[in-house]
Amino acid sequence: MATPTEAIQSLQSEFAGKVGTAREFRGEHTLEVDRDIIASVATHLRDKLGFDYLADICSVDNMGDEPRYEVVYEFASFSLPHHVRVIAKVSEDEQSLPTISGVYATANWHEREIWDMMGIKFDGHPDLRRILMWEGFPYFPLQRDFPLEGKPSDTPGEAFTRIAPLEGGPFVTAPADHNHDREPRARPPEPV
Amino acid sequence: MATTTTTIEQPDAYYRVQQAAENAADVPGERLTLNMGPSHPSTHGVLRILLELDGELVTKATPDVGYLHRGDEKIAENMTYNQFVPYTDRLDYLAPLANNVAYACAVEKLMNWEVPPRCAAIRVLCCELARISAHLLGFGAMAMDVGAMSVFLYTFTEREKLYNLFESLTGARFTTSYTRIGGLTRDVPPGWLDEVAAFIKQYKPQIEETDKLLTRNKIFVERNRDVGVITREEAISYGLTGPNVRGSGVDYDVRKVRPYLGYEKYNFDVPVGTVGDCYDRYLCRMEELRQSCRIIEQVLASFPEGPIHVGDTKNYLPKKQKVLTKMEELIHQFILVTEGLKAPAGEVYFGAENPKGELGFYIRSRGGGVPYRLKIRAPSFVNLSILDRLLPGNMMSDVVAILGSLDFVMGECDR
Repeated sequence: MATPTEAIQSLQSEFAGKVGTAREFRGEHTLEVDRDIIASVATHLRDKLGFDYLADICSVDNMGDEPRYEVVYEFASFSLPHHVRVIAKVSEDEQSLPTISGVYATANWHEREIWDMMGIKFDGHPDLRRILMWEGFPYFPLQRDFPLEGKPSDTPGEAFTRIAPLEGGPFVTAPADHNHDREPRARPPEPV
Repeated sequence: MATTTTTIEQPDAYYRVQQAAENAADVPGERLTLNMGPSHPSTHGVLRILLELDGELVTKATPDVGYLHRGDEKIAENMTYNQFVPYTDRLDYLAPLANNVAYACAVEKLMNWEVPPRCAAIRVLCCELARISAHLLGFGAMAMDVGAMSVFLYTFTEREKLYNLFESLTGARFTTSYTRIGGLTRDVPPGWLDEVAAFIKQYKPQIEETDKLLTRNKIFVERNRDVGVITREEAISYGLTGPNVRGSGVDYDVRKVRPYLGYEKYNFDVPVGTVGDCYDRYLCRMEELRQSCRIIEQVLASFPEGPIHVGDTKNYLPKKQKVLTKMEELIHQFILVTEGLKAPAGEVYFGAENPKGELGFYIRSRGGGVPYRLKIRAPSFVNLSILDRLLPGNMMSDVVAILGSLDFVMGECDR
């Protein structure tokens, strides 16, 4: 089992030119790699370097930067406290990167979640469907330009696309098109 | 531990399933699609599984999660670190204290803070009491799913005592919100530690009582042994954590591998299974109850004195008395409440051993009081991802036992 520094050296020599410089923060080592080689990097980390535990995959939306998205992989071990973070940057035009669900089976659901929440596609994924939102939801809620209050959307086959019967009653806010209009905490702007 | 049951000479469930599969292949018949959940007593919340059945045999399973999705990660990006603590109560709502501690530890890692020994000791107590309470419900519900109703009543009696302890500690039974970044909301009330000690003393014989009710209960063993076998390789590949991976023989416990809060100081064993079936996962949980009691006794034996929060006066709320009388503390409180603490730019991942497995928080900070991105690595979400691999080949009635043995919480899975 390689230590994080050894692992980063090994990755830098194995994939020379496609791997960025490593950085360290709070004792955690982070390495940026090209998005094309992420599957090979994962295989290398698992088979050659002993990182058998993929703890997590996360996505970050750096809106305004180029490339816009980052996919963050946390590689760790089931027996030793070693941990390496690998980051692949994804631009808004491509918005896709290779899947690693063939290397770590746990990546399957993590990648589905990233597609669902951030809209990043994973090439070669066996079953890339939405996971937390319903099939047919038109937005990707974790993108920075998606508002916190949400956007109206059609929910085909659901019971609550029309005004609910209780709406307008004594304890219910008035119906409105947008959440912020009916939300009692959001006061209308003061008249000038 | 699984070897203690080898005297039972019935054809095991796995063999029965194999037989059923062989016989079923000869009978041409159409497949039945059965919708199990989202509201079904044994899906423990709002898990929905689309089962394709051939007779009583599951041929395909498609789990469907997300019915309890609240967008916690989006919410976290819009509030300060301390404001998010109550949301962590609602992740694994059977062990809110453990979630509070895990979240606080993650942000403290970002801040590069070391909490004082008394704070760490109280947090360890919280985690272990929460683990006992979560496991009590976990295998209580599991036993009820396979037909042993009375166990659930016994374990709920004990959980009630635990909730009384939580209430006197935090003021709430369920939604505790006990930790703050860098400390705790309040110190332990007078006499609380003696109450914990008294609880552990009376609870230890109760473990053996539950053990007697279940561990050699022939019906329980028959329903669980060799059912839902997860091999070591599968468990590793699917990234299972907690009792589910330990049941498959991987001795992974975050408290041992990456110790936090001074867990390296305490003596405790990590139980592992040999087969990876539902029965092994149950045995692991059972043994973890005893180990949690061991840890609690060690914490109580040398309970440190001192402050319960970090000394960083600019980033931790000052005492109310000082806020009312001193100018500087008033300013600090105002800035902290309105802007949040001054976190550095950077990124950390912190995983804690929760009752269900490794609860991880990945925090990306661009500086300031609000996280730029906060990702929750929910153990139940990862543990459930094995279902489409695990369920096919089992009898319909075993699905219930398998779901019970995986011990998931949808509040955490859907976030």
